[in-house]
Amino acid sequence: MDFELSDEQVALVDGVRAFVDGRFPMATVRSLADEGGVRRELWQELADMGLFSLRLPEADGGVELGWADAVLAFEQLGRALVPGPLVWTHLMAGLVPGAATGETIVTGIDRADPSALVEFPRSIDVLVVSDGAGLWSVDASGLTIDDLKPLDPLTPVGRLAGPLAQGEQILDAEGARHLRMQGAALTAGLLLGVATASTDLAVAYAKERHQFGRPVGSFQSLKHLMADMFARGEVARGAVYAAGVTLDDPAVGSVERAVAAAKLTAAEAALGNGKTCIQVHGGMGYTWEIDAHLYLKRAYALEPAFGTRDDWADVMADLLDALA
Amino acid sequence: MDLRYSESDEAFRAELRDWLAGVLPTLPAKPSPHDWPGRRGYDTDWQRRLFEAGYAGISWPTEYGGRGATLVEQLIYLEETTRAGAPYVGVNFVGTLHAGPTIMTEASEAQKAEHLPRILRGDEVWCQGFSEPNAGSDMGSLSCRGVRDGDEYVVSGQKTWTSFAQIADWCELLIRTDPDAPKHKGISWVMFPMDTPGIEIREINTIAGTSEFSEVFFDEARVPVANRVGNENDGWRVAMVTFGFERGTGFVSDLVETDRLISDLVRLARAVTRRSATAWDDVALRREIGHLQAEMDALWAMTKRNLSQASRHGVPGPAGSVMKVVYSELYQRVTDLAMTVLERGGLSLDDVGDWPSGSFVEERVRSTSFSIAAGTSQIQRNIIAERILGLPRE
Repeated sequence: MDFELSDEQVALVDGVRAFVDGRFPMATVRSLADEGGVRRELWQELADMGLFSLRLPEADGGVELGWADAVLAFEQLGRALVPGPLVWTHLMAGLVPGAATGETIVTGIDRADPSALVEFPRSIDVLVVSDGAGLWSVDASGLTIDDLKPLDPLTPVGRLAGPLAQGEQILDAEGARHLRMQGAALTAGLLLGVATASTDLAVAYAKERHQFGRPVGSFQSLKHLMADMFARGEVARGAVYAAGVTLDDPAVGSVERAVAAAKLTAAEAALGNGKTCIQVHGGMGYTWEIDAHLYLKRAYALEPAFGTRDDWADVMADLLDALA
Repeated sequence: MDLRYSESDEAFRAELRDWLAGVLPTLPAKPSPHDWPGRRGYDTDWQRRLFEAGYAGISWPTEYGGRGATLVEQLIYLEETTRAGAPYVGVNFVGTLHAGPTIMTEASEAQKAEHLPRILRGDEVWCQGFSEPNAGSDMGSLSCRGVRDGDEYVVSGQKTWTSFAQIADWCELLIRTDPDAPKHKGISWVMFPMDTPGIEIREINTIAGTSEFSEVFFDEARVPVANRVGNENDGWRVAMVTFGFERGTGFVSDLVETDRLISDLVRLARAVTRRSATAWDDVALRREIGHLQAEMDALWAMTKRNLSQASRHGVPGPAGSVMKVVYSELYQRVTDLAMTVLERGGLSLDDVGDWPSGSFVEERVRSTSFSIAAGTSQIQRNIIAERILGLPRE
């Protein structure tokens, strides 16, 4: 047992971090709000970095990495608030033509979701639909979607108008069930990145901002808020990495249970830290120009993806029921 | 990242399980928590059995008679012994996990030879004399004096929160040997025999109705200078050495116990029926339990990360304080939830009817100490903020 990152994993994290810091600085990320959240050239660069294909066999253009590696890469994407349907496009690499190479942008929806909201409606090429029978691919060009004002300016949304075609089947019900766990693990990676970045932002501000003649970060009331931010992030980090490892090697434990712990604690960390980051910034935290709100809004946008905290808590309770 | 145990780890686990299965049924009945001589006998008997089987001092280096186990083996040891319901380290806690490691690192060869084998065999019980009424979180301001008189220190003052004082043979004692030096610079660490004339032990009654801790009063009690470990006035550093000794396994037994408590809570919720449905049928309750277990699983993962970091780099990650803050509050939430399940059934420390309720009520009271003992949650948050996040001191 060695639950530290391998040298290859450290190199992967460093590589993705350098890439997103170079290509997705906050000014660029913010500018994407006016472009439906996705700019094709940048999306292509994400694909060229291998972020969608990295788990595929070499014959299919991948490098045969595992879920743990993918989770680490997605943590870096979350940290930089890179927008776009990253998780769905990654999951559909190898299943929907062009997803792995960045030509096809994919998002997903649950057929029974009464909100009928579709994320990134102006950018997607394919909408995949999950239902009790499995997963289905629908050409997005034939859809009618009414734009709505998004909560997260970097997660645009629209509402499906009119009937949704059955589509072409990609996975059966069992395949769709696994996909949901994989999607939850990757989303947990994004949420962990959001949680970490909002802690860093709050701490940096509290060291700089002076009131009463000293940095506000010297006050214990604020220190304790930030200590809790760090704690939530570290608790989630263990669970998120364990979910990746367990997806790669189910012999080490229940995949469902590992994913439940990861998604739940990562969402808790991102939401809690997003809120606290605004609080630590005081009045400035309530302004659009400070980035704090973007972390909280992303946390809100990611929390329901692939199962809410409550959904996964219920899964955990059912697993306990079977054991006790 | 790899969460698989190696073949040798699995072999260690299997061998330990076998031994536990054989030895546990042969143990005498557990003494009452108020019977201190009985508790000493029970716990030191267990220590002796561990010693004879080669499991004593699992984390101690082999040169001092320990097992020299890897951190993963230590994790397995704590997991398996706790799961099997083996006796706790109990009265051997200070000797095996605190004073012993300090002696190993800082004491003379003669001091090591005198104490380490006896601690390991369960022949010698230790207590800790660090905290004082006016030196709690701010322990460096301790004032219990040790005035040099020839080859002795004359000790006067008071210690408190001393576990096992009633039955200990030795005390790892911090005394102020230079009252004029800056507060952390005038302290010495001495091995104090508990049969020394001039000390008085008074038990502290806790809100749990137990007397786990004592106050110890020193009135010109004499201890040989030869009993000092490390240099005079260097005792603060000597004491701190021990705090670095624990390398990430400190909460393993607690996590095993908490997993068990959550399972017990599920069973309790099934047993409690009101208005024709069981408490377990309540979606809100189930969800909250699921939530708590998810956080528990995350703490297990964090423990394994910590341990791997310590194995690789020699020092654990920053998670010690994080673990303490999160774990203690999580445990309190589990016991709070049990109280909401019990409603008026929580009014008694005894089991009510056929509900296994008493232990939950007792744990609810006992767990209020978790966020206080060994550094309050507030102090832990200061540590996280200042030492990890680099925020300026107040």
